[in-house]
Amino acid sequence: MASPAAHRSGANKRAQLGLFAGYVVAGSGALLGAFLLVISLWSPETFAGLRSMAADLTSPAGSAGAAGRVESRSVFEAIGGYYRAGSRNAELEREIAIARVRLAEAEALRRENDRLKAVLRVTRGATRPVAVARLIGSTSSSARRFAYLSAGRNQGVRNGMPVTSPLGLVGRVLEAGTHSSRVLLLTDSESMVPVRRAGDDVLAFAEGRADGLLRVRLINLGINPLKRGDVFVTSGAGGLFRPGIAVAVAVRITEDGAIAQLLSNPAASDVVTVEPIWQRPAVEALETFDLGLPPPGAEDGADEGLAEQTPPAPSSTPSPQPSPSPAQSETALPAAEATTD
Amino acid sequence: MDHLVPPDQHDAFGIRINRDQSPWLASGVPWLTILLASLSPLSPIIAPAPVLPPLAFMLLVAWRLLRPRVLPLWAGFPLGLFDDLYSGQPFGSGIFLFSITMIALDLVDSRFPWRNFWQNWGVASLLIVAYLMIAGLVSGAELTFVQLRVLLPQILLSLMLFPLLASLVALFDRLRLLRIRRLD
Repeated sequence: MASPAAHRSGANKRAQLGLFAGYVVAGSGALLGAFLLVISLWSPETFAGLRSMAADLTSPAGSAGAAGRVESRSVFEAIGGYYRAGSRNAELEREIAIARVRLAEAEALRRENDRLKAVLRVTRGATRPVAVARLIGSTSSSARRFAYLSAGRNQGVRNGMPVTSPLGLVGRVLEAGTHSSRVLLLTDSESMVPVRRAGDDVLAFAEGRADGLLRVRLINLGINPLKRGDVFVTSGAGGLFRPGIAVAVAVRITEDGAIAQLLSNPAASDVVTVEPIWQRPAVEALETFDLGLPPPGAEDGADEGLAEQTPPAPSSTPSPQPSPSPAQSETALPAAEATTD
Repeated sequence: MDHLVPPDQHDAFGIRINRDQSPWLASGVPWLTILLASLSPLSPIIAPAPVLPPLAFMLLVAWRLLRPRVLPLWAGFPLGLFDDLYSGQPFGSGIFLFSITMIALDLVDSRFPWRNFWQNWGVASLLIVAYLMIAGLVSGAELTFVQLRVLLPQILLSLMLFPLLASLVALFDRLRLLRIRRLD
């Protein structure tokens, strides 16, 4: 409820002036805001430094909150576990029986896989994570989908690095601060990831939609081969994301692709992993050849790709000894064959 | 102090014996609550779609409607700037929208000096809908039908939540006017 008399200036010259000055200040503030808005729409990176500084300041509180989120969820799950204990038990035993069979099958498949890879001279490079961190918050009221990560440049995180959880891809680092960074989630409408259907080579792009789903658009238009339940993984095209990270599962088929559900829901992921920027081994081998450096394999392959965009972080190369990396697949070192058998 | 503590908040004798309101608390609580609400993106909620209402903006509107003179007309600038740092919107959108809101509320105040609860809710609803629409428009995301459909539940939730926030602000207002300053 307003108090009417107190507000207006009346005949008081000084009050009139004060009111006028207030309008001028507020109006110029709005104009300045509009100006800044145009600048940041024009080049979104302009105020990145300011934002990451602010996020750095408040990230400790966010980290505490994130730990709380995980713990409170497990408390509720523990309470929920007491109900339905009997039926759950029977169900689990049935599942274990099936899982044992599946495990044996998977073991056989793994052996066969190894054998085939050895034939093809492909080693599965163990990508060493750059950092392991928590998602400490997200822009939950804005139309854009960003998340805040509790690791930054001090932990070796650089702009563009993929962020994954054990369930699949979460997003990529957009702005790295000192000890926190902003992550562009897959569901942001500006996010686009090259994917392929797991199992064959149906290539597509996964675009973010604002409502938490992804839109999968096929590259080859024609008869849509997709079915509900198809799983999409990153294809590795264009670099950045290494191939084979799970992304989404198709829930509805459209004319030019599908609408897909995210496999790794950022809300459910406790700890996420920041991976180095991936680059196709051939490109890497060519680059190292051009530079006159020793062939890849003598150094960690993933850092070569990183070196192109940002100087490699000290913490991302903790040990100089060689490690199996995608770089070895095409240069076919003798060591690569020995390790796969 | 007089514009911070309206006359109806004094008791029969002006002040209680040996205690008065603290100017720091009386002017600081509105700012502090709005700034804290700006930090809501750092709350543990990780949303795959925009679901949370714009808490800082709604608190600003609620404070301005409840106590018109507690926040100066230019308050939209600093509060919007702080909100921009965390909200994920492009920098400047908060400054612009918060400032415009303060001016709009001032005009509403001069046109309708005495308002009831429904009028307040109506004004706030108009402002919130406008804010969310314009914020979505300038967010840098491409505006599609899906985007608009996602906006709708957020708008509804915000409108329903506003009376609750207004009563929360009334609670903060009592905290603001606590007599904790010792008079010697």
